Amino acid sequence: MSVAAEVAQVAQSAIDDFNAAYGLCLDDDRLEQWPTLFVDDCLYQVIARENVDNGLPAAVMYCDSKGMLADRVVALRKANVFPEHFNRHLIGRAVITGAEGNQVSAEASYVVFQTRNDGETRIYNAGKYVDWFDLSGGTVRLKSRTCIYDTLRIATLLATPI
Amino acid sequence: MNAETMPVAAGSEPTAVDYAVYHSQAIFTAEQENIFRGQTWCYLGLEAELANSGDFRSTHVGNTPVVVTRATDGTIHAWVNRCAHKGATVCRSLRGNQADGAFVCVYHQWAYDATGALVGVPFRRGLKGVGGYSKEFNMAEHSLERLRVETFGGLVFGTFNPTIAPLDDFLGPVMRKYIQRVFQRPVKVLGYARQFMAGNWKLYSENSRDSYHGGLLHLFYPTFGIYRQSQESAGLVSDEGYHTVFTVSKPKGDVDYGSFGDEANREMQGEAKLQDERLLAFRPEIADDVGLHIQSIFPSVVVQQIQNTLATRQIVPHGTDKTELVWTYFGYADDDDETTRHRLRNLNLVGPSGLISMEDGEAVELCQQGTIGAEGKRSFVEMGGDDVRPSYAPMGMDENSVRGFWKGYLGLMGNALADLAAEGRA
Ligand code: FES
Ligand SMILES: [Fe+2]
Repeated sequence: MSVAAEVAQVAQSAIDDFNAAYGLCLDDDRLEQWPTLFVDDCLYQVIARENVDNGLPAAVMYCDSKGMLADRVVALRKANVFPEHFNRHLIGRAVITGAEGNQVSAEASYVVFQTRNDGETRIYNAGKYVDWFDLSGGTVRLKSRTCIYDTLRIATLLATPI
Repeated sequence: MNAETMPVAAGSEPTAVDYAVYHSQAIFTAEQENIFRGQTWCYLGLEAELANSGDFRSTHVGNTPVVVTRATDGTIHAWVNRCAHKGATVCRSLRGNQADGAFVCVYHQWAYDATGALVGVPFRRGLKGVGGYSKEFNMAEHSLERLRVETFGGLVFGTFNPTIAPLDDFLGPVMRKYIQRVFQRPVKVLGYARQFMAGNWKLYSENSRDSYHGGLLHLFYPTFGIYRQSQESAGLVSDEGYHTVFTVSKPKGDVDYGSFGDEANREMQGEAKLQDERLLAFRPEIADDVGLHIQSIFPSVVVQQIQNTLATRQIVPHGTDKTELVWTYFGYADDDDETTRHRLRNLNLVGPSGLISMEDGEAVELCQQGTIGAEGKRSFVEMGGDDVRPSYAPMGMDENSVRGFWKGYLGLMGNALADLAAEGRA
C-alpha cells in the first residue's frame, strides 16, 4: 500500500467524524465555532450545480479566507435579516478521492432540512461537499469546502452556511 | 400619461395600492394578458448566453415558458415552449446547443427549427396508406407561437405584441444610456442563482425601486461602520414612470474606498470591523465613480452593478405568491482570472446569500404574509411626495420610483382592475 493510500485509510473515520461534528456545529447554532473548522488560508463556497456542470464559477457564497468566514458570522448575528429557522444536516459517509502529503480530498452527500416558525420541516438544500482536508498536526481542518447544491431554487434566501 | 389623467383602478393609485393586487388570482391572470403579453418588451436573457448558433436558453415571459435561440444564420428567435400538436413542453433543458437546429417534441416527435417553424411530422401521410393527416394539412400553419425579438446593448427582449414600438423606444434614451454604461464592452456569463420567494412579483418590483429601505433593512454597511453618508446619488424615472435607475457614487475626491471605510468607521461608530476587506473592495472600471447602479426595466428585469458585481435579475411570476428571481452574474469578456476572483468575492454582497441583499427575499415574503385577508386595505407610498418625478435624489428618502412603477402598472392594466372589482372577482 502506498503512503498516500495509507493516509487515506486513516483519514476515513477522521473525516466522517469531522463531518458529523461540522453539521452539528451549524445546526446547534454554534456559528462562531464554524470558522475554526477551517485553516486560515481556506476556501469555502456554496455554488449551484448548474454552474459547476457548465464550468461557470459564480457562487452564492465565496469566502477565500478564514476572516471572510468570520465576517459572514458577524453579519448574520448583527446585520442580516432572515426567517427564523432551524437547519438539520444529514451528511453521508465520505468517499476519499485523493491524497497529497498531509492533505486528503473527499466528497460527501448532504441534505439540509429547514424548519421555520410555521413548524413545517422542508428539504431546504441537497447537494454534495467537495473537500480538501488538512490533517497536519493531528487535527482535521478544512482547506477547502465546495458545497455544490442540486436544489437550484433557493427558498427565500440562503443565510446560514451549509 | 400624467398623474392627473392616470386611471384609478379599483380604488388603487400610485400612492395607495389595494393589497388585493398581491393575492388575487383574477388580477394575476389579467396581468399576464395586459402586462407580460401586452404593451411591453420582456427580458429574455443575454446575447452572451447565445454566443454560438444553435445555443438556446429556456426562460419565461410572465408565467409563459419561452425558449430563446440563435439560429444557424446568427439571428435570435423566441417561441413559446408549447408544442403545436398537443401542447407538450418541447424543449426540456434549461440551456444547451441544438447543433442541427431541430427541437423535437418527445411525445410524437414533431420537429421545429430554431425559429420555431415546424419542419417535421412523423407519419404525416400515415403508415402504408392508413392514417396520416389530410392533404390540406399545412406545416406552416402549425409553427410554435413566436415572439418579436430585439436586442439592446447585449440584452435580449421579446414581446407578444405585434404593434408595440421598437425596443429602443420602449426603453427610452435614459434607460438606454444606463444599460450601455454596464454593457460598455462584451460580457461573459459567470453563473446563475435562482431564488424562489413566496410572494407576489410586484413586491419584488417595488423592492428593487425602493431606495427608502436600503440603509434600514440592509444593516450590513452600518454594522461594519461603512455607512456612506456623503455619497452622491441620482435617480431617474422614465416618462411612463415604470422604468427607473438609481446610482450611488463615491464621495468626490475620495479615491480609496478602504481609507473611506476607516474614516466612516470613526464617524459612524460601527461596532464590528471586517476582517477581510477584499469582500468590499471596489475597482472602478467604468469611467465614473459609480459604485452602485440599480436599474429596473419594467416589467421583469433589474440590471445591476454593485461594486464590481454585474448581474441581471429576471423576475418570473409563477403564481400570486410564487416568484422566482433568476440572477445571471457576468463579468467582461476580457477579465483575467484575478479579476474574476475579485468579482466572485464581491458577489458575496448580492444574490440569495448577499450580505446587502438577502433581506429583500424576506421583505417580499413578509409583505405577502402580512397582507393576507387585507383586500380593500391600501398601502401608503408617500415618502418624498405623492407624484412621480423624472428625477430625484434617492438617498433623500423618496418612494418616487415605487410610485412610478404603480403609475405604469395601473396604466397598462387599464380598466382590468376596476372590471374585476365590479365583477366581485378582485
Ligand atoms: S405533443 Fe408534441 S408532438 Fe404530440
Ligand atoms: Fe434591498
